[in-house]
Amino acid sequence: MMTSEKTTHRGHQRSRHRHDRLNKELSEGQGLKLLDEIPPGECIIVRKLYGGKDFTSRMAALGFTMGAEVKVVQNFGHGPMIVTVRDTRVALGRGQAIKIQVEVI
Amino acid sequence: MNPIAKESITVALAGQPNVGKSTVFNMLTGLSQHVGNWPGKTVEQKTGEFIQNGRKVRLVDLPGTYSLTANSEEERIARDFIIHEGPDVIIVIVNASALERNLYLLSELLILPVPVLVGLNMTDVASQQGIHVEAHVLEAALGAPVVPLVATKNQGLRQLMESALRLAENPLAYNPNRPDIRPDHQPILAALQDLVAGKIPPPYPEDWVAFKLLEGDAEITALVRQKAPEVWDQVHGLILQHEDAYLDIAGGRYEWIGRMVRAAIDRPRTGVITMTDRLDRIVTHPFWGVLVLIGIFALVFWLTYALALPVVDWLDAYFISPLAKGTEILFRWAPTWVSGLLVDGLIAGAGTVLTFIPILAIFFGALGLLEETGYLPRCAYVMDRFMHWMGLHGSSFFPLFLGFGCNVPAVMGTRIIGDRRARILTILLAPLIPCTGRLAVVAFLAPAFFGQRAALVTWGLVTGNLLILAITGILIHRIIFKGMQTAFIMELPLYHIPSLRSIFIFIWQNTWAFVRKAGTIILLVSMAVWALSSPGGDVSNSPLAALGGWLEPVGRLMGLDDWRVITALLSSFLAKENTIAVLGVLFGMGEDSIGLAGQVAKTLTPAAALSFLVVQMLFIPCAATMVVIRQETRQWKWLAFSLVLMLLISLGAGVAVYQLTRLVF
Repeated sequence: MMTSEKTTHRGHQRSRHRHDRLNKELSEGQGLKLLDEIPPGECIIVRKLYGGKDFTSRMAALGFTMGAEVKVVQNFGHGPMIVTVRDTRVALGRGQAIKIQVEVI
Repeated sequence: MNPIAKESITVALAGQPNVGKSTVFNMLTGLSQHVGNWPGKTVEQKTGEFIQNGRKVRLVDLPGTYSLTANSEEERIARDFIIHEGPDVIIVIVNASALERNLYLLSELLILPVPVLVGLNMTDVASQQGIHVEAHVLEAALGAPVVPLVATKNQGLRQLMESALRLAENPLAYNPNRPDIRPDHQPILAALQDLVAGKIPPPYPEDWVAFKLLEGDAEITALVRQKAPEVWDQVHGLILQHEDAYLDIAGGRYEWIGRMVRAAIDRPRTGVITMTDRLDRIVTHPFWGVLVLIGIFALVFWLTYALALPVVDWLDAYFISPLAKGTEILFRWAPTWVSGLLVDGLIAGAGTVLTFIPILAIFFGALGLLEETGYLPRCAYVMDRFMHWMGLHGSSFFPLFLGFGCNVPAVMGTRIIGDRRARILTILLAPLIPCTGRLAVVAFLAPAFFGQRAALVTWGLVTGNLLILAITGILIHRIIFKGMQTAFIMELPLYHIPSLRSIFIFIWQNTWAFVRKAGTIILLVSMAVWALSSPGGDVSNSPLAALGGWLEPVGRLMGLDDWRVITALLSSFLAKENTIAVLGVLFGMGEDSIGLAGQVAKTLTPAAALSFLVVQMLFIPCAATMVVIRQETRQWKWLAFSLVLMLLISLGAGVAVYQLTRLVF
């Protein structure tokens, strides 16, 4: 849990242990990122949902299933963000966005 | 179950949020709705009855849910109703502009043993996006009736109900295409079906129970554990091996939906820039969005002052005052207490209720309009970053903001917050927002107390309230709710033209609910306060004054060692603006007298005057607010908590401000 090393990823001032841990896990896979890092206008594919069952099943019902295509509409790098999934705009807190692993296409 | 033999048929109306379900419900039932709560729940239940083709139809509006898992109270209510009450037909309303996601709920409904038909709504909004859905192609694919609708224009609703009646009268003709699950999960589902066969008490459908076990549904798992303990170990073993099956099942449902709609939907290849895109670029922007929000709220308040307040004055001048005068004349023969009770108790109380109505109507109109157009979720999105550190998210902002007008719609407006914890926290914080009643008292007294610095003091008082709100929010969030964050996931629906009928019904229902519930209580409290304050026509010898005198030692800590000032504070319990009227009576002059504020100022040192205003701004919620707190939380516990909280905050702040100011000046 207590990863003390500083994040190696660009531009993230806030050290979020959880975020770093997930990112470390991800850097092994190619093209895999967490949703909160995706700039607006880009399309990605959902690869994995982290977090408890309440969260993941809620997201799945909203259309965030494995392989679903998501487009980032708004992401200022802080505060909540907007994405579209299955013709629906969804606002997401950053705490939720970092639990979604995506592949850039 | 032979529906033809039944007198009336029950139709359940299901749908995800933002599909126009409430518009469909309002169009079909009009004002003949019964609004209450689901038994033992805080979720609103609406039912309506009407005649269709000579048959009596009972329409039950199920809560809007994305799915039928047991994740939220709404989802549990919706599925419990379908399973336990067994409606004759379910109508699921879907939004044609987000068809695939909307059919997710249908894919869950289809595995339940009640016939389902689809109301394909918002076909006009979809066309604007370039999306066209062929209803009959979809119908052929699903094997369930699909009726195209534009509910806001009352198009297709008759056909929808006729279709529903046909389905109810002939359930055997219903043979829908049910969603399948992935081949690798089929043997496990079959094994679960075998295990629970014959062991599940009615009305639970066995196939559905097996499905829900595979999905790891906590409620159904508990049910099987309790009702079928002999197979529990095997069932448990199977579910443990396939703990992640629910994500595959959800994915499988979407694959199935994709196949169902493929032939029926025609959408533009390249993304068209829609009105929603263009508006959202400004409205959801962290800076411009806040400006838009401030503008909209300024407009709401301007409307309140421009429309509601003149109506309040008009009602007072042409209705309440003549009524009071007439009553006085009519009861001249009777002992004074009779006309006192009627005029100062009953009619004054009715006046208080009446003053709320125009303000409430405007606020509920604004709330309904902003929700119907699709703006409200944007407001939540823009404010989310500010609300976050209180453990709240953006949805709490709008109800709290309404509190500046009146705390009653603020508390009632918390219904838009999905999460119960966030909702309770918002309700507890709402009384800290200074309402117009309190601001009126400050506006009346501050100039006499502080002369030219009055504006500065008023600004300071409001800021103080908001700071205390933030601190209280953070503390309650950390200590009572243990810092649990509510996930912020919110659909931003497409903007659309609202249905005025729906907004009107919304205003009517909420205002009427207030009059019915709070009205009677305010009348009773008003008479009780009158009895306590002037049984002999003299306030200074009344029990209320005695209470004020008895509280003088407490008041002294805040510099308020005059029983009249304390009594005025206590009377704000009925309605905040009462403070001025009572001061007027106790200081022996009319409330309109310019001298009153000066007279009060003379009896208080500057430090005491400041502490009086601070306490007044933070004092316990008024009777109407208390009634709605109890009504919305449905627990006495939270009303008591709110009372104690506000009492502690107001007295604590009063003492602190008085003692500190005295040290400095």
